Amino acid sequence: MTDQTAPTTGHVVILGAGHAGGTAAALLRQYGFAGPITLVGEEPIPPYQRPPLSKAWLKGEADAESLALKPLEFYAEHDIDFRPGVRAVQLKRSDRTVVLSDGSTLSYDILILATGARAIALPIPGADLPGVMFLRTAADAEQLKAAVGPGKTLAVVGGGYIGLEVAASGRALGAEVVVLERESRLLARVACPELSDFFRGYHEKHGVRFELGCSVVGFEGEGHVTGVKLASGQVVPCDAVVVGVGAHPNDELASDAGLETARGVVVDLDARTSDPAVFAIGDVAHRPMPIYDRMFRMESVPNALEQAKQAACAITGRPRPPGECPWQWSDQYDLKLQIAGYAFDADGIVVRGDPASGKFAVFHLKGDQVQAVEAINAPPEFMMGKQLILNRKPVDKAKLADVTISMKEVAA
Amino acid sequence: MAKITYIEHDGTKHVVDVKTGLSVMEGAVKNNIPGIDADCGGACACATCHVYVDEAWVSKTGERSAMEESMLDFAEGVEDNSRLSCQIKVTDALDGLVVRMPESQH
Repeated sequence: MTDQTAPTTGHVVILGAGHAGGTAAALLRQYGFAGPITLVGEEPIPPYQRPPLSKAWLKGEADAESLALKPLEFYAEHDIDFRPGVRAVQLKRSDRTVVLSDGSTLSYDILILATGARAIALPIPGADLPGVMFLRTAADAEQLKAAVGPGKTLAVVGGGYIGLEVAASGRALGAEVVVLERESRLLARVACPELSDFFRGYHEKHGVRFELGCSVVGFEGEGHVTGVKLASGQVVPCDAVVVGVGAHPNDELASDAGLETARGVVVDLDARTSDPAVFAIGDVAHRPMPIYDRMFRMESVPNALEQAKQAACAITGRPRPPGECPWQWSDQYDLKLQIAGYAFDADGIVVRGDPASGKFAVFHLKGDQVQAVEAINAPPEFMMGKQLILNRKPVDKAKLADVTISMKEVAA
Repeated sequence: MAKITYIEHDGTKHVVDVKTGLSVMEGAVKNNIPGIDADCGGACACATCHVYVDEAWVSKTGERSAMEESMLDFAEGVEDNSRLSCQIKVTDALDGLVVRMPESQH
């Protein structure tokens, strides 16, 4: 991929008005980009934060306005042509045009793909029954909020972040909640067994029921879902269902246009694709992570922000931002889970603090280098862990496990 | 509603009206005022919304929570009047508030 000094005028088209797309538009202006910017989004509202959809939104503490990254007026005021309710249907790289779902065509000099990911649907009978919901958009959240309350039973398919956050919010709203998980433990893809056990215990203490290691084979009901059928034959009665089993990158536009994809649009450290005029950022991008010497796709707000920065810097000729340690967070009840790094080839763990206290961290090490840390209500472990992951400083495992020694001392 | 003055590190002043119930961080972000990054959107998870509260206003903005205290400990250039602006709720009593941003949030 060639190093190109891009024009500071010329038309930038951003496909996707989520967290990555919205941030890229704002950063381009902040960095002094003077050319026209068009921001295309399929949702009817301006870019907003998704994390609160499973928490504050469901509890009535947030709405589209309070979650908007910028107020609607921001876009016109900053000469950003925001086009809501429209999708890109075809990308023609040879003449640098995009065909939109309303029949119009956009020409670009630079294109940023920020089309995100869509919730994976289970291809099983009853999946399109009313009451079987996903949680990806504000519209989904509004629908879910209406379905949850005292006297209602909510079945959550998937024991990942979405599932567990919805479970916590459901309980806060007085609903009965049952979580159905395919693996033998929760958060199987993203957390260690120690953490899985901790979360299960905490949720059970708050009255959430779990069916682990089960297979969902269908949804039952006439005109509305009334139960979830498991492979065992058991039917779990419910009034509503949330399916949170992962997301699939919306990379079809790119692959159809001949861009390199690998379950996500392949990009370099400037978020540039195999076409120097096209960038890809956020949930849709398959990107390099130098500290792990591998490529992968991350679904997190920090990733969307970092990649928006990478693209905006590359387009405006600014130096590439320094590489960050990937991180994410999840809020359930009064637990703040903060995760830094990925334990790809960790060969050992150190638990710091007592899980029973609700305040502890699990460090994943490769030899004596921290690769990842999962911290529960333990900001120093999280913040210091991020630094240790980035600078790869060896740590003394005994000191790391000793809560009487501060994290700053451990990392010194 | 409160009139809040946000002063960038280079001295540039921004004076905006912020709705009651929003956080001081949201007041900056929604008005596109540079100097507050707020990467986590206000979840007290990133420490990139660090501000220095003007001495005259420190007592009116309340106390840091334990979580905020822990997170702030890892920000740069933390002083006694440092706060994470996502944790300060705007009320009428904060009309006239002045905050300063650090040189960098990362």
